[in-house]
Amino acid sequence: MQPPDVKIRRKRLDRGIKARTDSVFVIAAPGDIIYVLAPRVLPVVALLILPFFLSEYHQEVLVHASVVGLLALSWDLLACCGLFSLGQSLFFGVGAYMAGMMDYYLHLSIWIGLPLATLSGGAICSILLAPVVRLKGVYFAMVTLMLPLLFRKIIEASGLLGGTLGLSTRGSFPNEWVAVYLGIIVFLGVLFGLRKLIDSDYGLVLKAIRDDDRAVMSAGINIYARKVQALFVAGSIASFAGAFLTYRYEFVGFSVFAWDYAILPLAAAALGGPGTFAGAALGSMILVPLSEALRAMGGLRIASYCLVLMVSIIALPEGIFSFLERKYHQFESLVEVK
Amino acid sequence: MPGETLLKVRGLRKSFGGVIAVGNVGFELKQGDFLGIIGPNGAGKTTLVNMITGFVRPDGGKVYFKGKDITGSRPYDIANLGIARTFQMVRLFYHLPAYKNLIIPLCSKRISRIRGGRFGERDEVALDLLDDVGFERDSYVPYKQAGSLPHGYLKRLDLARALALRPEVLILDELFSGMSMAEVAGVLPLMEKLSDKGLTIIMIEHRLRELFKVAHRVMVLTFGQKIAEGPPDEVMQSDEVKKAYLGTDVELGESGRD
Amino acid sequence: MSTIIYGIITSVILALYAVGFSLTYGISGLANFAHGALYILAGYISWNLMNYLGLPFLASAPLAVVACALVGFIIYWGLLLRVRGIPLSELVVTFAAGVAILELLTWRGFYGISYSLPVFVEGGVEIWGVAVDAQRLLVIAVGVALVVLLYLFVHYTKIGLAFRGMAQNERTALSVGIESDWIGALSLALGSALAGLAAVVVLPLGMMESSVGYEVLIYALAVAIVGGLESTPGMVVASFVIGFGQRITASYIGPKWMIIVPLAAIVLVLAVRPSGLFGKFKELEERV
Repeated sequence: MQPPDVKIRRKRLDRGIKARTDSVFVIAAPGDIIYVLAPRVLPVVALLILPFFLSEYHQEVLVHASVVGLLALSWDLLACCGLFSLGQSLFFGVGAYMAGMMDYYLHLSIWIGLPLATLSGGAICSILLAPVVRLKGVYFAMVTLMLPLLFRKIIEASGLLGGTLGLSTRGSFPNEWVAVYLGIIVFLGVLFGLRKLIDSDYGLVLKAIRDDDRAVMSAGINIYARKVQALFVAGSIASFAGAFLTYRYEFVGFSVFAWDYAILPLAAAALGGPGTFAGAALGSMILVPLSEALRAMGGLRIASYCLVLMVSIIALPEGIFSFLERKYHQFESLVEVK
Repeated sequence: MPGETLLKVRGLRKSFGGVIAVGNVGFELKQGDFLGIIGPNGAGKTTLVNMITGFVRPDGGKVYFKGKDITGSRPYDIANLGIARTFQMVRLFYHLPAYKNLIIPLCSKRISRIRGGRFGERDEVALDLLDDVGFERDSYVPYKQAGSLPHGYLKRLDLARALALRPEVLILDELFSGMSMAEVAGVLPLMEKLSDKGLTIIMIEHRLRELFKVAHRVMVLTFGQKIAEGPPDEVMQSDEVKKAYLGTDVELGESGRD
Repeated sequence: MSTIIYGIITSVILALYAVGFSLTYGISGLANFAHGALYILAGYISWNLMNYLGLPFLASAPLAVVACALVGFIIYWGLLLRVRGIPLSELVVTFAAGVAILELLTWRGFYGISYSLPVFVEGGVEIWGVAVDAQRLLVIAVGVALVVLLYLFVHYTKIGLAFRGMAQNERTALSVGIESDWIGALSLALGSALAGLAAVVVLPLGMMESSVGYEVLIYALAVAIVGGLESTPGMVVASFVIGFGQRITASYIGPKWMIIVPLAAIVLVLAVRPSGLFGKFKELEERV
């Protein structure tokens, strides 16, 4: 029990290794090596061996979490250069339909169709949205929000691309394990790749564009070209997710433009903490299993994603990941205020 | 080479909602020139610079750089041609360490052409540049967050950012405003050195005493019109200039704009 | 002939969809992505008032509009105020609120033909040999009146001028004693009320289900993009472009291609004039 008149405050101190690794890159002590590596290696190992212990249904959930994770990562990359997408399902759906077309109309094998759908999806999205990156951020949000809705309506009304029936594809993965591991490995690869990218000079420029585009322009950098490049990368990542699911389910229908693929990634990124990539990944690993557990709620599912989204934006603006990171890197103790 | 006409401005015009900001201003710069632009607040100096650097589209008139028409080009294209500028209100990336601010111009096309900078090497170049503008190299100052630096340092950081482009024409928009006497005294020799090396400089300034020390030529703007151009002491003798400049804006030292 | 008359009607309906959205954006720079949800919410409220409380439609409709304004106000004070000034968060919050409302309505089973609102006025007239029912004429009247009133309101009343001040420079507006939070909340409430008004006027023409909310949002956004945000004439012109485009497509190509029109309009406008037909291309300008 504290006497009532004693004031307590929380004292935070960086752990020694953190303070040193800001500038010194040689670490020798085993404890330090573990300290640095553990948060990176442990999740990777866990994700890689997890499928062995899961039932087929739970494997499915894991794959789904990776797919949503990819969408969240792609959202985060766009957000890094100031493009706020409200419709990841646009990129996702374009990729999914590209894969469907590759298979249904062109009969390409999966190992040609998947990469081709990934790249062409990214290219289509960047061409479609290239004019918008010149405008204020709200235009990008508006266009990405409405395009998936519009595409869905067009496919529904006009009967193009299989209309309401969708396209049933023939190519699929040789077996379950290939699909599961491809999903997980690509997810991890993209996660670490993007973290690397954003720490490089290239990423520095991207983030600078978000902060002050005019200063970046006066530094002789074509910001629109950079934004379109980011759009292409993000679009390709999300298109891969869509194409991957098309091949996995051997089907693509207009449900790929559904809210699940727009709001869930957004909620995941917001919950985990935008701008860190690891946050987006963590968020989707939490949210997707949670939403599977809530499947019984049926129609309320999407409303509950929205709730998570609003709560994390308003109440947890920094996100879970940044919180955990801080806890990991700092000692905290309560001290008396003198 | 020296003596070659580098920048030619012909009849630039711009009005904002009926107010004429710049009306029919033209001048020529030869390689190695040092032009000062002075004038009371609101005379259209910044607008003129914005039009030259592509940030504002002129209503009329032409800008030629090395004989090439660059009117209405994009700011980044103009910067890549070698016209760098600083901003009156500094525009920096405040959450980055000071030296990282210079990485951005070093990533531009112009610089990667000059030096095949690889990751890591750019940091070195950035620190050298900061050294030039008077950041103490061996101190922690270049590594501090830009947002935590005092105003004078920010101004110099902005200068370094412009210099990082290795420009052929450097445009300084009220670089000295808000700097202390000591800081100005520290930067002036750098200006002289750059000018001696053949860099063409346009300097908008309210601090006339300092400007006249370095400028070869001065142009006076008022209400968007050019009223005089010539060597500094000659220009300040002109009655028209005295009336327009000293009559309306007596304070020659600090300017508190924006 | 019927193409022209119904083209006008469609266009006015589109303008009604968009007017609230573009008003809110014009005043406080808030893109209210819950617009479609508020629209359908008005229909839902008014239907419930009629069927459970037995109110006549003429009473329930204004109540629904007021309720909508209230919801808009609550969204502002309850949610947006906490994230004001962070554009990303503002967008996401209105978007999530809108989808949440629509999904909740869907979950309550709010779809199908059993829900429809009665018309205000019965009967119809014949104009140049085309039969037009009175409700559609009412829609036109309301639409025209709204646009004119809004123009007068924004340009000539004190609070309208405060709105414009806000739109131009929030900080300056603050310093001369305009409370930006109140204005922001009012702008959202007003925009929501307009969504509700559009709903009670337009909804009787067709059936009412929650997916209509998405449609309204699509059209409101399409009109805003094509016309250029912040521009009232742009909004009107864009409504007519898309409205007539749809009617002409429906008559000469086939009704199922109508939905392509907004997409085509957006893609065209973005390719030719990204800031919209009447939008100001301010992208690079630095004020002196």
